[in-house]
Amino acid sequence: MEIIKYLIYRFIAFIGVIIFGVTIVFFIPRFSPTDPVENYLNSILSGQGGGIDGAAIEEMRTNLTILFGLEEDYFTQYIKFITKFISSGDFGPSFSAYPTTVNSLISQALPWTLGLLLVSTIAAWLIGNFIGLIVGFKEGKIYSSLLEFIAMLVYPIPYYILGLLLLIFFGYILNIFPMNATFMYKTFSIDALIRLVMISAMPALSIIIISIGWWVISMKAMSVNTKKEEFVLFAKLMGIKEKKIMFSYVLPNSLLPQITVLALQFGTMFNGAFLTEILFSYPGLGNLMYTAVLAGDYNLIIGTVTLSIIAVATATFFVDFVYPFIDPRIKYK
Amino acid sequence: MIGQNKRLYFGIIISFIIMIFSLVSTIFNDEDSAEWYTVQKNLEPSFENYLGSSGLGQDILFLLSDSILHSLLIGVTVALFSTLIGVILGILSGFIGGVTDKLLIFLMDAFIAIPSLPILILLASLFKGDFSLLMVCIVLIIFNWPWPARQARAMSLSIKENDFIFIALFSGQSILNIIFTEIFPHIKNWAMANFINTVLVAISIETGLAVIGLSSLEDTTLGTMIYWSLKYQAILLEQWFWIGSPVIATILMFFSLFCISTGLSKLND
Repeated sequence: MEIIKYLIYRFIAFIGVIIFGVTIVFFIPRFSPTDPVENYLNSILSGQGGGIDGAAIEEMRTNLTILFGLEEDYFTQYIKFITKFISSGDFGPSFSAYPTTVNSLISQALPWTLGLLLVSTIAAWLIGNFIGLIVGFKEGKIYSSLLEFIAMLVYPIPYYILGLLLLIFFGYILNIFPMNATFMYKTFSIDALIRLVMISAMPALSIIIISIGWWVISMKAMSVNTKKEEFVLFAKLMGIKEKKIMFSYVLPNSLLPQITVLALQFGTMFNGAFLTEILFSYPGLGNLMYTAVLAGDYNLIIGTVTLSIIAVATATFFVDFVYPFIDPRIKYK
Repeated sequence: MIGQNKRLYFGIIISFIIMIFSLVSTIFNDEDSAEWYTVQKNLEPSFENYLGSSGLGQDILFLLSDSILHSLLIGVTVALFSTLIGVILGILSGFIGGVTDKLLIFLMDAFIAIPSLPILILLASLFKGDFSLLMVCIVLIIFNWPWPARQARAMSLSIKENDFIFIALFSGQSILNIIFTEIFPHIKNWAMANFINTVLVAISIETGLAVIGLSSLEDTTLGTMIYWSLKYQAILLEQWFWIGSPVIATILMFFSLFCISTGLSKLND
């Protein structure tokens, strides 16, 4: 019963956090010194030269205010925004790609981000845990220390810094991968697939290498501890082969926490990967957010930021939700 | 144990060298190192300009030194205030309990679950150009106090049960007094490791924001240095010192901070 109470509390908190986040995203633009309508107007007018008279500008201003949904007071706007968000998840039209809706732009970009994250997270998880297991199990050997040192060196580097290094070496000097990730194919073909792999390679590698660092460090700590458990000693005394001890005894027992961290990692990476996407102009959500910022596309910014809040909040919630079923030792208050 | 300490000392030594280097420009350079065209463009490294000059006519050595200084200042400011605010609010939360506690827990959970980078991108886009480093710092503090607060709350809950706290309370000490004299000594080791971690996180986020040109472009940081070098095609023009030096400095800085933080937390066990 304690658990159910805890989960209900967590769920309410989860919804609360999302609404809190959306509220922040709603109010920040409204309390900032810049006026989105004026911004937008200026960008249109500067593109036009000076050929528009005052009355026309005034009319455009009124129309834009209505289009942005800014004609009423903050409270009414807020209630409208929240109800629209909860009932349909609708963020309205994009201003830079009018009349395309924000939701359809997001749904075009989302598979790119999800695909990149899914592939690179899982690849890093598999490789990193494997190396970590060896490093932990063979603690004290020179190659173990070396591998651990590399992991320590790599892990704290932000994705985009490593991405930059990859861009310089693989993109410019060795010229293996394209430095720009434009993708023009609309239908599936072998060429499209090759292009997909080529443009995803460097963003994926930058995420994979750094995540491997983390998995090696954490898996090493885990397997060093498991190695000292009595059942492992017992297995050794029974004369079971070392390889078998490593894979059948130490591995499964060290792996459990790593699985739950995987979910959390996915949520936090959602943001780290944004910068990588921007750096490589990879057509995912991060890049969409960036182009929205550059274009001053108000609705699109709110849509993408809200989505990333939901992603992280969901990952955190998911981990809290799954933990009680995996680790019975945890107490809930 | 010795291995862990080695890691700690290693991190401290590298950080110390980086810190000293960050003061080089302040001491030896009278001009603004970020100012364009103060020296000739695209100079190779020489005894005049040890790391050469950038495509915008800045001395790279001095520019790098100032960039590191500003990045470090951001990291330390954010870490100092978030650790201080977090620890105090966390202890208060655990200590007072009730509605205050519930409210603070909700705020902690909320700010942990809300990613700071998109919010910063949103703010930067709205303040276009007027986004100062101080504002970046304030936003980062708002997003980083919950981590130490959570830990401090948990610790204060367990320390609260100890008798010496009750004795202090009954002998008429104020809660704030108790926090500083009785509880703080117990969590200072942990707070230190958290402090270093926050320095790392803050620098990392500011650098990220700056690399895509959304941080303050007035004061040079490691991120803005990378931003300008990318914007002026330093890769294609093979100006390796211009783009390479901030990248290497960033990596070294993060590695040394990470060594200190893991070294410290191992020390606590």
